[in-house]
Amino acid sequence: MDISFVIEKFVLVAIIFGISLVIAMYSTYAERKVAAFLQDRLGPDRAGPFGILQPLADGLKMFMKEEIIPTHANKWLFMVGPGLAMLTACIGTAVIPWGSPITTAAGRIIPLQVTDINVGVLYIFGVVSLSVYGVMIGGWASNNKYSLLSAIRAASQNISYEVAMGLSIIALLLVTNTMSLKEIVEMQHGWHWNVLYQPLGFLLFIICAFAETNRAPFDLPECETELIGGYHTEYSSMKLGFYLFAEYINMFVSSAVMATLYFGGYNYPGMDWVLTQVGPVIAPLIGTAVLFAKIFAFIFFFMWVRWTIPRFRYDQLMHLGWKVLIPIAIANVIVTGIVIAIVEKF
Amino acid sequence: MGTSVFYLVAFLSIFFSLMVIFAKNPVHSVLYLIVTFFTFTVHYILLNAQFLAVVNFIVYMGAIMVLFLFVLMLLNLNKENEPLKSGLVKVVGIVAGCCLVVTLIGSLKATAVSDPLVLQNPNLGLVKNLGKELFGPFMLPFELSSILLLTAMVGAVLLTKKEKV
Repeated sequence: MDISFVIEKFVLVAIIFGISLVIAMYSTYAERKVAAFLQDRLGPDRAGPFGILQPLADGLKMFMKEEIIPTHANKWLFMVGPGLAMLTACIGTAVIPWGSPITTAAGRIIPLQVTDINVGVLYIFGVVSLSVYGVMIGGWASNNKYSLLSAIRAASQNISYEVAMGLSIIALLLVTNTMSLKEIVEMQHGWHWNVLYQPLGFLLFIICAFAETNRAPFDLPECETELIGGYHTEYSSMKLGFYLFAEYINMFVSSAVMATLYFGGYNYPGMDWVLTQVGPVIAPLIGTAVLFAKIFAFIFFFMWVRWTIPRFRYDQLMHLGWKVLIPIAIANVIVTGIVIAIVEKF
Repeated sequence: MGTSVFYLVAFLSIFFSLMVIFAKNPVHSVLYLIVTFFTFTVHYILLNAQFLAVVNFIVYMGAIMVLFLFVLMLLNLNKENEPLKSGLVKVVGIVAGCCLVVTLIGSLKATAVSDPLVLQNPNLGLVKNLGKELFGPFMLPFELSSILLLTAMVGAVLLTKKEKV
């Protein structure tokens, strides 16, 4: 392990971390602008031109608020909760390939992926399944009935939708034959995107992604009409900020995962022609830009849905998860398996 | 390097397992158990069993422990002032503990330092090889254990059903 390798990875991690935070920050701004657009309003427009400094003002406000820890709260776990939420939101980005490897003039190949483990898809799945702990621990440690109810809802929702998500991934793995995200992306070169082979699987995956990130219409853990504020009722100051922030980072990461697994990652039609035109240093960067365009499209979709579809009732949520999505996901796995067997035979 | 990492992780596993038992609050116990499972995941990675590591991560840490926490939070057992156990239970506990100590000392006396573990095939833990092993030579036991799990699940569902059928 030479020193340039360590520096390379360190810089990459720092860049990805910074980008996730900035995107999460500006997602809060985008969310309010999108909401305003959909409701025929103007949205925030006071701080800076077009209100572009609004996230900074919000962040400053969060820092300046008084820090309150309830008397009967479990002090340590109360502090661990938001930290855990942020941690699990951030570590998912480690296995996503952000672009095809850059070949420098000196002949050095720099991969734009922090690590390529051969169980990358399962790693993402594991991080997703851990993400509920931040909410559960925070909700329980607050020592508040509403927070506790919210934590319990979050846990049952997370467990229920994980099953359908796992089954939709199995169908995808039948198509790709590998769990390494790098190989999955390379397989989708040009326009051979997995969504063309697994449209139903993608639909299941995106529904589950909405549920796992606690976004509307599945935002029952923070259903204010029933639970005051949800799991973060007792939180104030930057701890509350961490919870809100973690939701936006989760949204960014799940958008990146969907773009990578189903929409070809950094691949786009005509990329070979572009490569011959601009050379091997610029072309991967264009691919990265394409990936981010896909991610932003997904983030916009998340927001569009939030301001369009009302929240589910709790029993409807469970009905959809267990009695609709899981049977469809199992049928999808079986049909995919049969089709692959027939194609291989002939 | 490898050995020292192993001893560090092994120490952490034992430490957190003990914390599971010694924690008074059941929710804290479950949280320590989650950390214990995480150290097991690290053990699997040290053995180059990446698939088992991730599955342990997903199934035990991500699913089973969430259900444990879920049940504990639902029952809200976080009372510090649990009624003390009666004297008889304490005596029984002491006797059982002494028996365990005697057994442990006896078994420790009989043990010798084992040969260092050599992995016969270091790549066995990778997904492709493990899958080929499971669905090749071990096909029947694998399917039988799946049926066993399915039976247990159906039984659990039946138990929770109201008397209707």
